[in-house]
Amino acid sequence: MPEPFKQLVSRTFVIKQEAVDTDQIIPARFLTTTTREGLGKAAFYDWRYDADGNPKANEPLNTIDASEHRVLVAGDNFGCGSSREHAPWALTDYGFRAVISTTIADIFTSNALKNGLLPITVDKDTHARLMEDPGGRVSIDLDKSELTIGNNPPIKFHIEPFARRCLIEGVDPMGWLVDRVPTIETYERERAV
Amino acid sequence: MSSLNGPKTLLEKVWEKHVVQRETGETPAILYVDLHLVHEVTSPQAFSELDARGLKVRRPDRTFATLDHSTPTAPPGADGKRPYVTAEAEAQVATLERNCAKHGVTLAGWDSDDRGVVHVMAPELGLTQPGMVVVCGDSHTATHGAFGALAFGIGTSEVGHVLATQCLLQRKPKRMRVTVDGVLQPGVSAKDLTLAVIAEIGFGGGSGYVIEYAGSAIRALEMEGRMTLCNMSIEAGARAGMVAPDEKTIEFLRGRRHVAKGDRFEEIAREWLSLATDDGATFDKEIRIDGAAITPMATWGTTPDAALPIGSVAPTPANDTEAKALAYMGFEAGHATTEYPIDVVFVGSCTNGRLSDLRAAAEVLRGNKVKSGVRMLVVPGSEAVKKQAEDEGLHHVFKDAGAEWREPGCSMCIAMNGDFVAPGKLAISTSNRNFEGRQGKGARTILASPATAAASAIAGVLTDPRIFTQPAQEAKRA
Repeated sequence: MPEPFKQLVSRTFVIKQEAVDTDQIIPARFLTTTTREGLGKAAFYDWRYDADGNPKANEPLNTIDASEHRVLVAGDNFGCGSSREHAPWALTDYGFRAVISTTIADIFTSNALKNGLLPITVDKDTHARLMEDPGGRVSIDLDKSELTIGNNPPIKFHIEPFARRCLIEGVDPMGWLVDRVPTIETYERERAV
Repeated sequence: MSSLNGPKTLLEKVWEKHVVQRETGETPAILYVDLHLVHEVTSPQAFSELDARGLKVRRPDRTFATLDHSTPTAPPGADGKRPYVTAEAEAQVATLERNCAKHGVTLAGWDSDDRGVVHVMAPELGLTQPGMVVVCGDSHTATHGAFGALAFGIGTSEVGHVLATQCLLQRKPKRMRVTVDGVLQPGVSAKDLTLAVIAEIGFGGGSGYVIEYAGSAIRALEMEGRMTLCNMSIEAGARAGMVAPDEKTIEFLRGRRHVAKGDRFEEIAREWLSLATDDGATFDKEIRIDGAAITPMATWGTTPDAALPIGSVAPTPANDTEAKALAYMGFEAGHATTEYPIDVVFVGSCTNGRLSDLRAAAEVLRGNKVKSGVRMLVVPGSEAVKKQAEDEGLHHVFKDAGAEWREPGCSMCIAMNGDFVAPGKLAISTSNRNFEGRQGKGARTILASPATAAASAIAGVLTDPRIFTQPAQEAKRA
């Protein structure tokens, strides 16, 4: 289980591109792993490394202090494509704890929430403001569901309530479901499945 | 959604039957899963989680595994060893073999005639049936919606949830209906229809929705064509696509191994027909497309919705993202994408790796040669497809033309098994994604139908297949 998520104050890292797909976030050839650890090195691999596997000096993802840039801001439809949970594993291992876009793909959202990576969707104006200020400071308060950009008034965002509770209270969704196996057994008896 | 007793959509009928516990403001519904498909890439960490918690697979009888993504498509060498791309890929396959043995899960492994790409294999065996909830750690699980199942991809944490409980926590999705009426022109395939639909909805336009495909053009599609269409629902952002069961669905499933037999089958088949959306049921979004207006399609950019009729010029970019896509593809605005020499042709995948797809490619290729300098790879979607194709002699057509005939698997669609397109090379692929680097680092991908792939292999450039299949009509038109 990821550690409980309450508040995050960080600089943003901005990717000025729409439809950043899961093959960009982590190319498929890194999916032969059987563990979830250590995938940060594969995050955005084909953007960060040249054909010989050397880090590109002019790629910001290779030069920023990841511990200072924990909020990723990107264009519409972030995380589209595959269901690979390796995408949030790679992003969190790299250092990100939140992703902000206008739209974030459904399966990516579901996967991110299970790994302590907060997927926040915002309106176009707020998004434009974030996109135009790379490295700007933002503050995220999950208790209040508020995003604050610089010294501006906070903006409300929506996270599915159960996932939000899991993140704040450290509730384990698999354990929660396992606790409901008796209800599931009743359903199976009634439907004879 | 509609009231409990009012007219219902196909989605609502399937959804309601699977609600173990209703959703509230605080918690999602607990949704029951009838069929859980498993492959080697997205399952190891889920099995590890079960082991760490001392849990067992709750319903191994509703869980079915196969090997497809990391598997080599070249046959074993003289030493009997399979040519895995890395030791890690081999270890991943061994991990699934071990996990299935330990938990009593049926695995269509190397020794099984059932093995295949997960979304090709399950319908063949009759595992996928109308009205089911089907999940898999794979975004192309939407394929199974062709049978009127609610089928969608999940992440590895959720694979763990289903292994442990046979259930998922889910919020009810929104309803979209895409109606395609009219009759498809001769030489226009399900893949062309699919690319036209995605271009219309847009890459993220289906986010939050389950799509029901309806209309006379959909009803006219055979089951394999419906699978191609539903398969790519995720490329429009929708987790699932569905087609209401009809006589074609019933006849496809009749006699398949995991389907009921005799009178029981007739009874179940009647229930399947009752799943169709009721007259008067409403959708959150409706899209209408004229099927008769669709012509063979191909993509020009790096998202699957960037598709146009073959022969179109690459568009003038509307924004930075489109400009970047065009630059990556090496296409120039105002120039037809049929002008650029291609290097690789790939026929296969969960989108277009079925027998009808191989027949369509072979029909074009028969008696022709793959252009010198073009590499063509034909990868059947399953052992069964491979055998049927060989029984019909299709492998000879491919080999005689100069194409490679491979072992079943995902292969060059996801390019994680060692089959890949080299940096900068231009590929025509019958798969589902043209993302940057999807088919290999720096690979450039044009998505198209099997017939188009074959026609392009012969010509060495993107080519409308109708010049091979309907020369007379083409001549008349000219």
